[in-house]
Amino acid sequence: MSTVQNTEYLASPRGSRDAAEAASRGRLRLGDPIFRVVATACGLAVAAAMFGLTAVLIYNSWPAIAGLKTEVLTTVAWSPSSGQYGALAALAGTALSTVVAMVIAVPLALVIALLLVELVHPSIGRIIGMAVEMLAAIPSIIFGMVGLFVVVPFMQETIVPWLVESPLGSVPGIKPGPTFQGGGLSIFTAGIVLAFMVLPYITAVARDVLRMVPQVTKEAGYGMGSTTWEVLHKISLRYANSGIVGAVFIGLGRALGETMAVAFIVGSVYTDLPRSLLDPGTTIASLIANTFNEATDQIQIAALIELGLILFLISMVFQVIAQLWLRRVQRKTGGRA
Amino acid sequence: MNKSASPRRLIRAATTALALVVMALAVVACGGSSGGGSQSSADTIVGAGASFPYPLYSKWGEEYAGTGGAKLNYQSIGSGGGISAVKAGTVDFGASDAPLEEQELNDSGLVQFPLCVGGVVPVVNVEGVADGQLKLTADLLARIYNGEIISWNDPAVAAVNAGVTLPDAKINVVHRSDSSGTTWIFTNYLAAAAPGVWKAGADKEVPWPTGVGGKGNEGVAASVQQLSGSIGYVEYAYAKQAAMTSVQMQNKDGAFVAASLEAFEAAAAEADWQTSLPSMYLVLVDQPGATTWPIAGASFILMAKEQQDAARGKASLDFFDWAYTNGAATATSLDYVAIPQTVYDLVQSDVWPDITSAGTALWK
Repeated sequence: MSTVQNTEYLASPRGSRDAAEAASRGRLRLGDPIFRVVATACGLAVAAAMFGLTAVLIYNSWPAIAGLKTEVLTTVAWSPSSGQYGALAALAGTALSTVVAMVIAVPLALVIALLLVELVHPSIGRIIGMAVEMLAAIPSIIFGMVGLFVVVPFMQETIVPWLVESPLGSVPGIKPGPTFQGGGLSIFTAGIVLAFMVLPYITAVARDVLRMVPQVTKEAGYGMGSTTWEVLHKISLRYANSGIVGAVFIGLGRALGETMAVAFIVGSVYTDLPRSLLDPGTTIASLIANTFNEATDQIQIAALIELGLILFLISMVFQVIAQLWLRRVQRKTGGRA
Repeated sequence: MNKSASPRRLIRAATTALALVVMALAVVACGGSSGGGSQSSADTIVGAGASFPYPLYSKWGEEYAGTGGAKLNYQSIGSGGGISAVKAGTVDFGASDAPLEEQELNDSGLVQFPLCVGGVVPVVNVEGVADGQLKLTADLLARIYNGEIISWNDPAVAAVNAGVTLPDAKINVVHRSDSSGTTWIFTNYLAAAAPGVWKAGADKEVPWPTGVGGKGNEGVAASVQQLSGSIGYVEYAYAKQAAMTSVQMQNKDGAFVAASLEAFEAAAAEADWQTSLPSMYLVLVDQPGATTWPIAGASFILMAKEQQDAARGKASLDFFDWAYTNGAATATSLDYVAIPQTVYDLVQSDVWPDITSAGTALWK
């Protein structure tokens, strides 16, 4: 606001508030202070919940952090019956499934966002946009069920056999590993379902940043004889570049922590590092979901909570990066994000 | 503006302080109300634990309330949660598919007794194999789950399946991905009946040598049904309702039996409950008897020895008494097996007298 020369109109609301206060001086008005107390209490409660959560996670995972040291993060033997709590397979599975999800979701989301903003009639764009947003409203357990009963058999019977037979089938990372079980329940399937779960989030943010691209700039491009494709990828995408990165980070944060859907379809192998995307694996969140409610050993509970803490920290880092990035974009584009 | 700034700041500080006080009061109020919640009357008894017997317990609860008894509120939060809850005294009883060992019972001042019996059934999806046709021994099952037998036409499998045409197909092993009582029973069976062969241990979750994990009975069933050549294991009721291809198992007496309620009942009746006293710690797998199904399991109730509230403790025992005496028909209709009368006699004579309140036994 300081850059705006004529501040008269901006100052007027504050001026009128002062005037109103002056007018009511001498009368007792309780509405404002009460609202302020309630609002402050609510705000503080959120902050307290946040710090309380972190503190509880650290406190409850302490037996594992202190007792197991780095075992949780560096070994692959997850066997509560023999007191081994190595969750490296879960960390690897989380990373792999997230990467698969992003590789599929990001290009798809960008194409949809471009379509909505640039290519279709606004009324059709609104319908498609609504459909994409409705994807975000579907509870994740539904994705898990559809994944288990529809996507998994389809992968198992059609996609994976074709993939294994194709030249790609001998590429390391896709070539079936020793724990291969048909490829239906696999990190690859989990990544595909995750992609559809994060798609709406990335699309929504990407659409908003693409809308921020000034019409004048695009028209200038068309005026110089650019084709639609040239305007899209040389002007729109470049202009919205950093905003799109922010969108990707938001999707990433979601994909990392997704629990229920993944628990159903990832194949849940805790004791082997996945050698291939077509192998079954596990993720941090699904390992917790699968084993927490039957965990009775103090150290096992602590190890699972430590995994929760790790997931929380990873997600937080990505959220913070996303927020900082988006804020930078807002500053650069004059606060219209 | 500057003139008004400092009083405004004061007001702001005051409201913040007030807000903190409001929050603290809210927290105290919540804490107070939840603490007092558990001390209600004996109209409702509260239990929590295993999900395996949940359909039976909730049905029993409905029927018992219909006879004028206390209402049952049973939360199927998993055995682990049930054990924690009964130890913490937040519920009247806990339920667990795996019995606690005597040491742990004594340390936490609990008693346990079996309330119903169920079975776990290996299910397969093999081309040309019909329900109940395939026969397996504990040794074969363990070697399949070890990843040592990898093809259905392996000579070892064919040897016990004369007359069944087994395809040259890879065996896909499916197990539970979530920690569960079903896995506990299944791995206990492998450990007891195939010692030396099964080395992954017996627990609610084990480091599986091979295979893929499905979440819940439905996850295992879906994987088995979708992929030809699969073998998995599910609760009997689930295998029956989903019309899955189950397997005949060889029991301790050497006979091949199909899973049935009668075969689970035989396991419960043949088991030596007398020597399991006082803890009643008994794993119902691999029991003797010609008609016994070898992969059976009892589901246990956990109660505190010292009941804080005599009326609630008595109400719980009244419910269990009703279930032991009148619950068999309902159990059968839901594919569970009630506890034989002889075992209930043991529970009444040797376990329930330990449940007291202020020094007096609640069950006479």
